[in-house]
Amino acid sequence: MVRKPKLATCSLAGCFGCHMSLLDIDEKLLDLIELIDLDKSPLNDKKEFDQIVDIGLVEGGCSSEHNVHVLKNFRKNCRILVAVGACALTGGVPSFRNMISLTSCLEEAYTQGPTHISGGEIPDDPDLPRLLDRVYPCHEVVKIDHFLPGCPPSADAIWFFVTELLAGRSPRLPPSLLKYE
Amino acid sequence: MDSVPHRRKIIIDPVTRVEGHGKVTIRLDEKGQVEQARFHVVEFRGFEKFIQGRPFREVPVVIQRLCGICPVSHHLCAAKAMDKVIGVDRVPVRADKMRRLMHHGQILQSNALHFFHLASPDLLFGFDSPAAQRNIVGLAQRYPELAKRAILIRSFGQEVIAATGGRKIHTNSAIPGGFNQQLDASRRDELRQKVDQILGWTQEALELCQTIAREDWKRHSEFGSFPSSYMSLVGTDGAMDLYDGWLRAIDREGKIIFDGVKPEQYCDVLVEEVRSWSYMKFPHIRSLGKEEGWYRVGPLAQINCCSHIATPLAEQERQRFLKAGWGYPVHATLAYHWARIICMIHALEVIHTFLNDADLLQGELVAKGIRRKEGIAWIEAPRGTLFHHYTVGEDDLVKSANLIVSTTSNNEALNRSVTKVAEDYLSGQEITEGLLNHVEVAIRAYDPCLSCATHAIGKMPLVAILEGPDGQELTRRYRV
Repeated sequence: MVRKPKLATCSLAGCFGCHMSLLDIDEKLLDLIELIDLDKSPLNDKKEFDQIVDIGLVEGGCSSEHNVHVLKNFRKNCRILVAVGACALTGGVPSFRNMISLTSCLEEAYTQGPTHISGGEIPDDPDLPRLLDRVYPCHEVVKIDHFLPGCPPSADAIWFFVTELLAGRSPRLPPSLLKYE
Repeated sequence: MDSVPHRRKIIIDPVTRVEGHGKVTIRLDEKGQVEQARFHVVEFRGFEKFIQGRPFREVPVVIQRLCGICPVSHHLCAAKAMDKVIGVDRVPVRADKMRRLMHHGQILQSNALHFFHLASPDLLFGFDSPAAQRNIVGLAQRYPELAKRAILIRSFGQEVIAATGGRKIHTNSAIPGGFNQQLDASRRDELRQKVDQILGWTQEALELCQTIAREDWKRHSEFGSFPSSYMSLVGTDGAMDLYDGWLRAIDREGKIIFDGVKPEQYCDVLVEEVRSWSYMKFPHIRSLGKEEGWYRVGPLAQINCCSHIATPLAEQERQRFLKAGWGYPVHATLAYHWARIICMIHALEVIHTFLNDADLLQGELVAKGIRRKEGIAWIEAPRGTLFHHYTVGEDDLVKSANLIVSTTSNNEALNRSVTKVAEDYLSGQEITEGLLNHVEVAIRAYDPCLSCATHAIGKMPLVAILEGPDGQELTRRYRV
């Protein structure tokens, strides 16, 4: 039996819209399941890589040390790594906080606001991962092989990209599918 | 840090989460009994701060990037708040109906995604079934017809959103004062042709959910369950209203705590507490205080709080739900799933009505008013009541933002369900993958979206690390 290529996905500091867009290929999901084996992904319970996978799709940028750890591990285990969507490519909307100090973001969220109870604290428990000073795009943390832009990329763009990679080609999105919003 | 000897701490860490990664820590005493269980939200993004200084007209488009699972809810809630900022209390009828149509598409697709793609493998295969099977691929292999219908039901909701919003994810059609997109008649007709079949499949899914609940009634009633208060929007006549209305809260006996609350009064009834161990806040009802004032939101609250549902099929199902034997209010945590499908049926009936409504093709789409400094709005999102509150300067830039997102309101309840399941299933046991999944099943009932909060699609991969008293790692068990 011919081994099917393995596909893994992961989500960092994003909104999960790219994973949603992947699901928007609708009935072609059933075709995709025939074409590939789904390895580590938020879509299933697989927790660890037990072998190198062929294609990895990463959504979101790096906002915490936890994101960095997950991304480095993902890179190590993916033969081809694709940054999917605005957050993975540029940091996206979460990187709006890069223009402001992290402290003032935390203070605004946890010590200000009309529904806030005074005397509270900013969460700092050791069980919480440390936040990074900025939100970093994936290529500033690890090597990225392909970039698939869009917020999110359309289902058609994701399908085109994945099937091109599966065919052993280097995807070049047609202009109709190329969006940077 | 766990400094007491002979005690153990289990860390359940789902590393792959959408916006907001959550994790669970469980402390066991020397006898292996659960001492403390906590559900932590481990991501922070700071939208409240970085939205400041941005043009208010941009907010409905930017703020929905909080969440890719229910972006429409944030998009519309922000637009409703900005209506008030430009002095519009009532958008044109056509714009209002376009928004409502889009929102009910959102309710349908998000609830379908959660029930079929995320939760149903637990219910269909069993909480202890092999992890490799408990996912959408496993579902497609074992129940191909159900999987196909699941995809098409969700897809129909996405098509409704695309027909009204221009695209499926992160639409830009709701603007302060109205709407900028027209419904294409031929596209509407395509949706009309599909709606009855989608409704029929959803009714069959509800039958399936009811059968599963009845087959294992005791566990279904008790799993991660406890009495609580509930809160949701209702129409002025008390009917379920998932788009707008007044705020109602009921206590654990079903008695009204408050009713008829208007958006501008939300600060009078709600406050939020911060705890050091989670980036997600803990809201509660101001008059009852933090010990007694916590409540639940979402489909279970939407059903418990309303006096009736105005669409006939969903009302019939609400009656069956209330007669099923849970008592009233329904406190069973797993009943969220049943309630969620009733909301899908309601959403489809509303969509059906709008698809035959001539108002959607004619009339004004935008209203104007006299500029104000503040806008407060809410919406009943798939996971419960969502609040957006903005102040805007004379320079048209946002001065402040306060958001209470749906899952935040369920924070205390999520912790209680995690604690109860940990006590009931983990105490004195050897920790197995199947037992860990029980904790997930309880969390998943709420369809949590942590930090919109975050919403993991699919299962949350977990790792449990058993630490010794000095913090050294003794064993590590993965869910595989």
